Amino acid sequence: MTAVLPHPVVTDRSSAARALPVSFRSLRRSFGSGPSTHTVLRDVTFDVAAGEVLAILGPSGCGKSTLLRATAGLDAPSAGSVVIRDTPVEGIDPRCAFAFQEPRLLPWHTLQANIAIGLPKGSSAKEGKAKVARLLDLVGLSPFAKHRPREVSGGMAQRASLARALARNPGVLLLDEPFGALDALTRIKMQDLLLDVHRAEPTTVLLVTHDVDEALQLADRIIVLGSDGGDSGATIVRTIEVPGSRPRDRASAELASLRGSLLASLGVGAH
Amino acid sequence: MEPHLTGNSVVDARAAAAATTTADATQAGTSKAPAPASGWSPAGVRSRNWARLPLGMLLPAIVLAAWQIASTAGAFSPVQLPSPAMVFTAASELVARGELGTHIAISTQRVLIGFSIGAALGLFLGATVGLSRLPDALLSPTLGALRAVPSLAWVPLLILWMRIGEDSKITLIIIGAFFPVFTTVSLALRHVDRNLVEAARAFGLKGVRLLTTVQLPAVVPSVFSGLRLALAQAWLFLVAAELIASSMGLGFLLTDSQNNGRTDRMFLAIIMLAVIGKITDALLGLAEKWAVKRWA
Repeated sequence: MTAVLPHPVVTDRSSAARALPVSFRSLRRSFGSGPSTHTVLRDVTFDVAAGEVLAILGPSGCGKSTLLRATAGLDAPSAGSVVIRDTPVEGIDPRCAFAFQEPRLLPWHTLQANIAIGLPKGSSAKEGKAKVARLLDLVGLSPFAKHRPREVSGGMAQRASLARALARNPGVLLLDEPFGALDALTRIKMQDLLLDVHRAEPTTVLLVTHDVDEALQLADRIIVLGSDGGDSGATIVRTIEVPGSRPRDRASAELASLRGSLLASLGVGAH
Repeated sequence: MEPHLTGNSVVDARAAAAATTTADATQAGTSKAPAPASGWSPAGVRSRNWARLPLGMLLPAIVLAAWQIASTAGAFSPVQLPSPAMVFTAASELVARGELGTHIAISTQRVLIGFSIGAALGLFLGATVGLSRLPDALLSPTLGALRAVPSLAWVPLLILWMRIGEDSKITLIIIGAFFPVFTTVSLALRHVDRNLVEAARAFGLKGVRLLTTVQLPAVVPSVFSGLRLALAQAWLFLVAAELIASSMGLGFLLTDSQNNGRTDRMFLAIIMLAVIGKITDALLGLAEKWAVKRWA
């Protein structure tokens, strides 16, 4: 899979200045109303630089996915805003592309047709076809272009889902635990693939994960969401710059100590 | 981690299936070593398909034989129960006069027109009500009440408004075909996998494109079960319409024969309704097979 790297993938004009900065401004999301209001996220304020890979860590149910959904415009914040470059997100945002926890491919379409769904509005048929072929190649699925999702493995379906997101030429790529359901070996391969893709098409990446190692391996920066002991609802409790450039040695001692400290932030003892 | 995705569950399902297969094989209790695969071989499936047609013809053959015996035994008068041969003679007589073909053609035409319009309306309104809340709140109570009206209750009103002609009959069939499609489509659309819809929305699909790309393909199997119910209803309403007021068609053949004491022709009309109804349903079944293979 790493062999797909040397392709001259950045070919279309639109992708030249593509990576976009994202700012979260006092973002708050509550569900319900009146006395039963349940706050999931509050006071989330931070900036993501264009082209940065940001990992969002946190315990289950702390609103990691909510943060991503607000960025994509799939969910509206109760207060505050998400701003991509200069314009706030209102409704489904065409500058973002989403890869979900599950592949969420249309079972009646081929992988090829599923990836084509990601193509931005107004792309010509010829351009689109070439782009889908290029992405299939990038994620190593060319031989399976005409297969249906249920005819391929979970890892392959997840790669197709990633390709569908990339087809959109996203300024911001939103990944919601995209490798969470894969086996350990496939996960490592997918992480390497993501690094390849990011090098080939440098876009801003927001990666939600609960896997500390994955965050350390992939991200420039990690934010940890959790409760700071004050009001209910999670907020940013920690921000870490990950040292070293990618690809990082999975066995490095520096990363190992960061790992222990991150796990402690998440309330897990490092054994 | 929550149990998502399929990797493991698929394996589990397969393991479970394998276990059941083995259990079945064991239960069969023959002295043979477990060979669970044999029952599932393509050859086995094919031979079962070949056996279907003769098996399906078995019961009609038995009924025909029983009919023949009962009619010749003298327990019934020919007016009560004509013999198969008498019905056949009646058929060839009507065919020779060119009447049977006309009855069949006009009935089939009415069903096809009424079914097409009713199904299209059902698909359209079912999609509208199934997808958006305002039309749902606006239309559902009224449509629910209209559906509760027994079919025959419409007939006097339709005849009053449209006279005894094609319009009133086809309208009645439209009403019959509309509701099964409307109900199945609107219900099925409400239960389309939300995750798929959300994913498609995240990629900018909305409105008609969302409908044709995700929602309609997802409900193809339900649409077809609705269509098949609607077709059966269409035949039902056809006979209701033709029994009451018509000068042509299989329903007319029924009442006319009743009035003239031609039991043989009544049998013929009923057999024709069964055969043509089955043929149209089988054709729809073929389309369903193709569509489900294509979309599910």
